[in-house]
Amino acid sequence: MPVGVVVVSHSRALAEAAVELARGMLPGRELAIGTAAGDVDGGLGTDATAIADAVTAADSGDGVVVLMDLGSAVLSAETALELLDDEVRERVVLSPAPLVEGLVGAVVTAAAGAGRDRVAAEALLGLAPKQAHLGG
Amino acid sequence: MTVVDAAGLTAWVHEFTRLVHEQRDALTQLDAAIGDADHGANLDRGTAAAVAALEAQAPEEPAAVLKTVATTLIKTVGGASGPLYGTFFLRAAGALDGDDGAAFATAVRAGYEGVVARGKAERGDKTMLDALGPACDALDEALGAGKPLDEALRLAADAAAQGRDATVPMVARKGRASYLGERSAGHQDPGATSATLLVEAAATALAGRG
Repeated sequence: MPVGVVVVSHSRALAEAAVELARGMLPGRELAIGTAAGDVDGGLGTDATAIADAVTAADSGDGVVVLMDLGSAVLSAETALELLDDEVRERVVLSPAPLVEGLVGAVVTAAAGAGRDRVAAEALLGLAPKQAHLGG
Repeated sequence: MTVVDAAGLTAWVHEFTRLVHEQRDALTQLDAAIGDADHGANLDRGTAAAVAALEAQAPEEPAAVLKTVATTLIKTVGGASGPLYGTFFLRAAGALDGDDGAAFATAVRAGYEGVVARGKAERGDKTMLDALGPACDALDEALGAGKPLDEALRLAADAAAQGRDATVPMVARKGRASYLGERSAGHQDPGATSATLLVEAAATALAGRG
């Protein structure tokens, strides 16, 4: 089974749009991408219990790479680790990659069957093409 | 009387909730000055939900009370305060071993250290740690000197209040207030203010329990 990918965002709309964009890179290939976004009322916010649930659902035994937006999304993702079973927690990588660029790199690599560490490494490289293009 | 049984911890949460509700607008005003003006409303909503969760299904085990509060705050507070207060109660639940004042102090210390680890902040950064840290120190010191829990918690609440007041001249180095840089000085930190209410609530709710 491929590595699971989970998107954590303050905004449900932002998470879904990021997933839609990333899926565009996967024509004809199936990959489950989980989301945990928005607060319990659908407003802006993050919820560590929802993140833990999404990670557990995305884990098929080969681990999960979590991409997140900013600020308290990072705190919530870390808090979610504490809510997971020990066995699952060991297979989770919280990626410091930028959300959109990192997500695209991660899903393309995950769909190709790469392992968790490789998927996480590709997510981190997601910014490189833009940096190279703009000479940054 | 057992100090930190489920009833005692539930009483603590009730008192914290009452104080947050009473101070809701004041907390929001502090947050309006250096944050995003939602701390009072967020914490009021979260603590009310925690009380409702404890009433819907009253846990028998003391640690389960703290765990219920943790997960409810995580779900309902939002912003950074949700994971930070949630981590406080989660780590306290994990460290609670025993039912006396020393066990309570150990649990609270573990909660404080959890917030340090989660927020990657330290004392002096103008955060809730500036109230919680001195409170933990005062509690440990008083219990270590053989003072009864009542008196130790009162000293802890006083230390928290002093720590809160000391945040006024500080420049914020963590959280949204840090975007303001030097302009954050001159304002009392809302997180240190609500954390002081948490310690104050313990001093009130656990009074007479040892």
